[in-house]
Amino acid sequence: MNLNPMEQFAIKPLVAQPLFQIGGHNIYFTNQALLMMIVAAASALFLSLAVKPGRLVPSRAQSMAEISYEFVANMIHSATGEDGLKFFPFVFTLFMFVLCSNFFGMVPGSFTVTSQIAVTFALALFVVAMVVVVGFMKHGLGFLKLFVPHAPWYLLILLIPIEVISFLTRPISLSVRLFANMLAGHTMLAVFGGFVVALGAAGGALSVLSVAPMALIVGILLLELLVAFLQAYVFAILTCIYLNEALHLHDQH
Amino acid sequence: MELAAAKMIGAGLACIALVGAGIGIGNVFGSYLSGALRNPGAAATQTTNLLLGFALCEATGLFGLVIALLILFAF
Repeated sequence: MNLNPMEQFAIKPLVAQPLFQIGGHNIYFTNQALLMMIVAAASALFLSLAVKPGRLVPSRAQSMAEISYEFVANMIHSATGEDGLKFFPFVFTLFMFVLCSNFFGMVPGSFTVTSQIAVTFALALFVVAMVVVVGFMKHGLGFLKLFVPHAPWYLLILLIPIEVISFLTRPISLSVRLFANMLAGHTMLAVFGGFVVALGAAGGALSVLSVAPMALIVGILLLELLVAFLQAYVFAILTCIYLNEALHLHDQH
Repeated sequence: MELAAAKMIGAGLACIALVGAGIGIGNVFGSYLSGALRNPGAAATQTTNLLLGFALCEATGLFGLVIALLILFAF
């Protein structure tokens, strides 16, 4: 039996035939692509079907959709103020995609899209690129004032490079946070799962002991559900904070 | 020393980053609790900052994990 805890992150082509070629690279339809499609379709379908009836007294599905809408709207409003709300579709899509990928990854035997650095880095790069574009569109070259904090000039010599570096590492920290959280959580679950299997196969009194890591897995699974939500929330709120900086520079909204 | 053994030791050493993350996360929640118990009225308004501080702290520990994985699998 293969008990390698990293095996769950392997990307496998589902169709042996490559779909097409880009620059000599074969592009396959992989389990990751399938899961991303499922996540995108499921979240879009759920949200649009749940609010379709538009009842005054919402059903359970409708109130779930409404709660998530209000949650993100409040988050954007508190982090960026009134004029951040025009970015609501962007932040809401990001939040729902990350949240649903995290939750779909919790289903045993499925695949966690967000445990791939390629996916999270693409998302983070998209966020930071948009922040830069929005900042330059709104302030022109004045956007560069973001890198100049209010400080005496002799401190600025030190502070400006620090600000620039901290801005440039944002896509890395944003993506690695999500990726590493998902990776660490799922690896931990797989390692404890390995304990259950190894103890169960040991036979005799040791097999009975395998209940202990099993109970632990249930606890960790609950913790992972919290982390799955928390990371989606953190990804969205950091997007809002970056947007706020681009929209308002150093002023509070 | 053999390269494989050195890799294992290096990956293990990279996990020392978790010390700082543990202290940091403990600090975040400890400070939040002591603040919230002194002024329960303001506690609910600070949950965003709480979660943000938690996530920023935790990320530093996870960078250690990434370094460990890089040492083990990328080189």
